[in-house]
Amino acid sequence: MTAVRQVDVLVVGAGPAGLTAAATLAARGAGRVEVLERERTPGGVPRTCAHGGFGSWRRPLTGPRLARELADAAVRAGAAVRTGVTALDWAGPLDLATVGPQGPEILRARAVVLATGARERPRAARLVPGTRPAGVYTTGELQQAVHLYRQPIGTRAVIVGAEDVSYAAADTVRRAGAEVVALVTDLPAHRTAPARALDTRLRRGVPLLTGTVVAELLGHGRLSGVRIRHHDGRAAVLPCDTVVFTGDFVPEQELARLGGLTLDPRTRGPAVDGALRTSRPGVFAAGNLLHAVERAATAAREGTLAAAAVTAALAAAGAGAAAGSGAAWPEGVPLILDPPLRWITPSRVTPADTLPYTLRTASRLTRPLLEITQDDRVLHRERVRGAAAGRSLTLTARWAHRVDAKGGPVRVTAR
Amino acid sequence: MTVVTTEGPLPPQPYDVAVVGAGVVGSAIARALARHPRLRVALVEAQDDVGQGTSKANTAILHTGFDAVPGSLEARLVREGARLLTAYAAESGIPVERVGALLVAWDEEQLAALPRLARKAVRNDCHDTRLLGPAELYAREPHLGPGALGALHVPGESVVCPWTTTLAYATQAVRNGVHLHLECRVEQATRRDGVHELTTTRGTLRAHRLVNAAGLHADTLDRQLGHDDFTVTPRRGQLLVYDKFARPLVRHILLPVPTALGKGVLVAPTVHGNVLLGPTAEDLDDKRATGSTADGLAALREQGRRVLPALLDEEVTAVYAGLRAATGHEDYRVRAHPGQGYVTVGGIRSTGLTASPALAEHVLALLRETGLDPGPARDLEPVRMPNLGEAFPRPYQRADLIAADPSYGTLVCHCERVSLGEIRDALAGPVPPRSLDGLRRRTRARAGRCQGFHCGAAVRALFEEGRRDGSAGSGATVEGGRA
Ligand SMILES: Cc1cc2nc3c(=O)[nH]c(=O)nc-3n(C[C@H](O)[C@H](O)[C@H](O)COP(=O)(O)OP(=O)(O)OC[C@H]3O[C@@H](n4cnc5c(N)ncnc54)[C@H](O)[C@@H]3O)c2cc1C
Ligand SMILES: Cc1cc2nc3c(=O)[nH]c(=O)nc-3n(C[C@H](O)[C@H](O)[C@H](O)COP(=O)(O)OP(=O)(O)OC[C@H]3O[C@@H](n4cnc5c(N)ncnc54)[C@H](O)[C@@H]3O)c2cc1C
Repeated sequence: MTAVRQVDVLVVGAGPAGLTAAATLAARGAGRVEVLERERTPGGVPRTCAHGGFGSWRRPLTGPRLARELADAAVRAGAAVRTGVTALDWAGPLDLATVGPQGPEILRARAVVLATGARERPRAARLVPGTRPAGVYTTGELQQAVHLYRQPIGTRAVIVGAEDVSYAAADTVRRAGAEVVALVTDLPAHRTAPARALDTRLRRGVPLLTGTVVAELLGHGRLSGVRIRHHDGRAAVLPCDTVVFTGDFVPEQELARLGGLTLDPRTRGPAVDGALRTSRPGVFAAGNLLHAVERAATAAREGTLAAAAVTAALAAAGAGAAAGSGAAWPEGVPLILDPPLRWITPSRVTPADTLPYTLRTASRLTRPLLEITQDDRVLHRERVRGAAAGRSLTLTARWAHRVDAKGGPVRVTAR
Repeated sequence: MTVVTTEGPLPPQPYDVAVVGAGVVGSAIARALARHPRLRVALVEAQDDVGQGTSKANTAILHTGFDAVPGSLEARLVREGARLLTAYAAESGIPVERVGALLVAWDEEQLAALPRLARKAVRNDCHDTRLLGPAELYAREPHLGPGALGALHVPGESVVCPWTTTLAYATQAVRNGVHLHLECRVEQATRRDGVHELTTTRGTLRAHRLVNAAGLHADTLDRQLGHDDFTVTPRRGQLLVYDKFARPLVRHILLPVPTALGKGVLVAPTVHGNVLLGPTAEDLDDKRATGSTADGLAALREQGRRVLPALLDEEVTAVYAGLRAATGHEDYRVRAHPGQGYVTVGGIRSTGLTASPALAEHVLALLRETGLDPGPARDLEPVRMPNLGEAFPRPYQRADLIAADPSYGTLVCHCERVSLGEIRDALAGPVPPRSLDGLRRRTRARAGRCQGFHCGAAVRALFEEGRRDGSAGSGATVEGGRA
């Protein structure tokens, strides 16, 4: 039998969301707060992003710097940040089976925060046909190869995607001394800052091929090229020895699924209410596990909010008791969306919620009027800042108290 | 001392036996020959690793042979092979799961065909098949798509790890004195004064007896030796591997009722905890055409949707294609040429993994017919292969192992839960990997749903480090070091 050890709060994942949650909880005196991180260094994805863009305009930070600061803050606040330890599976309602160099251990917590992040979908998941040569990357692997391990990556790279992360990948390729052959996207336009796209195209001379898919990978042993096809039927081969599949993020939902948490089919992460409660009593979720993907600052903000929600739940449960024990664990009312809105998180609402909502749109919305209704009753109308396709809108929770907890689903429409 | 080479000259003295092709078949033959300590044996392989041909890309089923052509050599060798491989797997730690197969009938015609298949199974010495009605079928497979009318249950069909099988044979062969020469393509074969002279990419290799186990290229080598018995037409099979989350959706190997066009598309669990969907059957003429195609994948997904609708909601973690060595004959093409000291092992189509140990015994008998006196035999010391199967404890689950060596609790590849200790062991093994693909087949590192997003660079760093340390370098290697 594996030993069982009791802690107060267990946070899984030491990225911006998990570290911020742990720091906040420890600072508020939540007792023994432990963060489990399966990598050897804490920090999550920013650890591998040598580029800037992780601070504020007032205080610009590189990814690794942010990772270090967040980890230091968590430790200073009194949280235990344990690296090299993987949460494998559930071993009880709030028990997690773990393993690390010290061997297996079961940790029993009064509350669990899942902050396991997201990953890019690799070539196989995207069903890109062809051979299986070397030289096929995701941005995640590319950044680690170049920034953490200084590995050579090839000489000519095609980047699949044209969003922020794709341009970050292009920068990384250049940093590694390789040439970017082209950015290829099946969308009609890029999805990054216009200045950045312009700079890449004009100053760096990297073409952006829109309305185009990578139809086949070529080459035995090492990649020799990619066959591309335009929507109008034109096809060509781009000779290259490296291809980077960027974006197309999905939540790292293994523990959520193993725990039988209700998932939101739109984000594929666990469904949560405005207190970041999942469907499993005592279990909370934050960060890119909920929305693949938002910026590090959004993940960190959710970490803070999850900490507040955990503190409240522990206080409600009483000394030593598990969050959600005794009192009923609220289910929340599901939020449903009309197109072009694609997903919303939190994806459920209770009348007590105060957390702002993040929404994704499939096509550009200019200063849209968001209308919230429940059972044909208008709860709220709010004009919000617009967003381009694939970017996020923010909606306040000022209307949540009007929600009937026993009523039907709440609908969000953009006008 | 073990001898595994990837470059440099080949020994000048003639071997007693040279086996060309280190697929599952050639490796099994080499292992069988290794039981005879007096024989000097070479296993010669064009690529940089064993099992890199068709043997790495199949559906990984340990067949009972229930649907083979009764009375054929294939039927007999598959039946015997299944028994031998099951025993060998238990001894060597090759993961096998006896999940059983269900031949599912989707229309009246197929339903009517099931009793005939049951009778055929009996003629193939498979006596435990049973017809199931729809109620029992859906009780056994609750996620099966609607419309199935019944099934034939074949309880003996199992799933096996194809990579560990080939590697176990090769490891045991090498440990018992077989010389493995990699990156050594045989380009020409002639016979001079009763000795085979093989012109290879690494110089000449001589042998008194020759076994042709060159898979897709067995016909080319056969012709060089003056025979025109068969032509290999590659028949491609594309496959999709689904995420481990799909594994609870299916309990048996789900087969369609075979038609004249082939065995059809199956849905099967793997010992690694995934679900396979495939293969296609496409006759080609390019023996390198191991790529997947958009049409092939679309067709597979269409069939998969019918058999197991929920499967399509899960992520695909790998896509691959293997080439069957089809010859136009409904049987293997195994022949001894006694006057030439030569045995051809050709046309090992879609059952060679299962038949491999029986094929090896058969080839040994044929070599005797060519006048080979193998000398006394001994029992080989068993090999213990690292376990890649989910039905058996993996190193990260073993407190005893981690207590003895914490590197088995240090996970590197998170999706597949591969530890530092396993990667290190593979790199220091007697037949070490020469590429990341080789490392993946030995450990499953990078084989999971993220395909390296999280661990790819770290795994590569360990691989490069292992190579620099020399154990995976070139030249003859002694276990754990350089000769
Ligand atoms: C290439 C790239 C470039 C980016 N650039 C920017 C940028 O310029 N600016 C910006 O603001 N944002 C950027 N982002 C987004 C930013 O990195 C994320 O928003 C942020 O990292 C999300 O934090 P998180 O804590 O939710 O998840 P993550 O940072 O992904 O952290 C999750 C952590 O959980 C760990 N974990 C997962 N499962 C387990 C388990 N079972 N047991 C133990 N540990 C586990 C993981 O190892 C990981 O460390 C970028 C992202 C990528 C991929
Ligand atoms: C899609 C598919 C599904 C299958 N499913 C199953 C199954 O479920 N169960 C089962 O039992 N079987 C199955 N099979 C069949 C099985 O995979 C094969 O029968 C088996 O792998 C054949 O092994 P082999 O050693 O003969 O060939 P290979 O593995 O191809 O080995 C031949 C080797 O010879 C080498 N070689 C070739 N020419 C030369 C040369 N001139 N010099 C040196 N070396 C050379 C090659 O590099 C190669 O490594 C399947 C096959 C396919 C394609």
